[in-house]
Amino acid sequence: MNRILGNLKNGLVTQNPIFRLALGMCPTLAITTSVMNGLGMGLATTFVLVFSNLLISLMRKVIPDKIRIPAFIVVIATFVTIVEMVMNKFMFDLYEQLGVFIALITVNCIVFARAESYASANPVFDSAVDGFAVGLGFTVALCLMGLVRELLAFGTAFGFTVLGDWFPRISIFARPAGGFLTLGLLMAAFNAVYNKVEKALKARREAHAERQTVEAEAV
Amino acid sequence: MEYILIIIGAVLVNNFVLVKFLGICPFLGVSKSTENSLGMGFAVIFVMSLASLITFIIYHAVLVPLDLIYLKTIVFILVIASLVQIVEMAIKKFSPSLYAALGVYLPLITTNCAVLGVALLNVDGGVALPIDNVLKAFINGAASGVGFTVAIVLLSAIRERLARADVPVCFRGFPITLVAASIMAMAFAAFSGMIS
Repeated sequence: MNRILGNLKNGLVTQNPIFRLALGMCPTLAITTSVMNGLGMGLATTFVLVFSNLLISLMRKVIPDKIRIPAFIVVIATFVTIVEMVMNKFMFDLYEQLGVFIALITVNCIVFARAESYASANPVFDSAVDGFAVGLGFTVALCLMGLVRELLAFGTAFGFTVLGDWFPRISIFARPAGGFLTLGLLMAAFNAVYNKVEKALKARREAHAERQTVEAEAV
Repeated sequence: MEYILIIIGAVLVNNFVLVKFLGICPFLGVSKSTENSLGMGFAVIFVMSLASLITFIIYHAVLVPLDLIYLKTIVFILVIASLVQIVEMAIKKFSPSLYAALGVYLPLITTNCAVLGVALLNVDGGVALPIDNVLKAFINGAASGVGFTVAIVLLSAIRERLARADVPVCFRGFPITLVAASIMAMAFAAFSGMIS
């Protein structure tokens, strides 16, 4: 249980793929013009992450070390093709919106990084959980980006009007420049909070250690 | 004329990095110095033009006649991965000096989404102008690579200056680079509408 929580924390916060590691930047910037797109992309990537991690972990003892990279890529590309076909059939609007970026999940560095650094060295269940956690971190970050950009550019969230006419629509946030700007500012905010929390935790750990040495001396 | 339009379109109007958002990982990751950016840029131009050429031929000569279009993502990524390997071995063998300059960047290119992106866009008709023959696919690949190089070299020049600036702690590293890229994207937005 603790291990699962650790995996989740890793994926969502300490090693958040977007805000901490800056991986998978292309879909993050390109398709987050609305929350819905972000959610769709995030879930599609999560699906690929979970199943590619699962399969690669299952086959980790069979795949020779030398050809592991092509082997991983084929596994990942297979799941991406499945996602692409399912979306084409059942979610055509979203499929049209995301366009070439669905196929490009294949070369999303997050998926590849988890296969290489986690799934190829860990048991099956852990790998699937890791894929889920990292996918969730990715999805949350994408939705956040989508929310900020959709609100500022169109005054809507999930397509519903949230901000009335009093709010000026800042259309640049729907354009590429706005994508870069939103991500830069969100990343800086994430870093600021993260550093504060880290500092506070460190101070608490040090105070705790100091108290223990004092108590030990008293004894 | 069409060929010139494809080149201007790919380099400036629909710049791969700043307008289409492809190849952002190396754009942010390898842009610390101008020298490295140039190396990466030339490696990308090389691989993108070759990949466009080969994937376009495979798509129209093999996948379309056999009705296997749905396999294009898997086939293309395999072609690109092997192409990168072959190019790496060939350069190592025939031109050690070029290998010394581009060698480290080549393996990174397999997972550069700009390469797979240009291959897919060439056959899907995702380019502003129709790509209907091999030469156009090749030119579009090369020009998109040039667009990538222009963007990454410009950003690296900005970052070399930023390295000496006093940036707030939480903005250091990626955030300030993204803000700089945002201002670059605003400048490139001025090209939109040049080709309608």
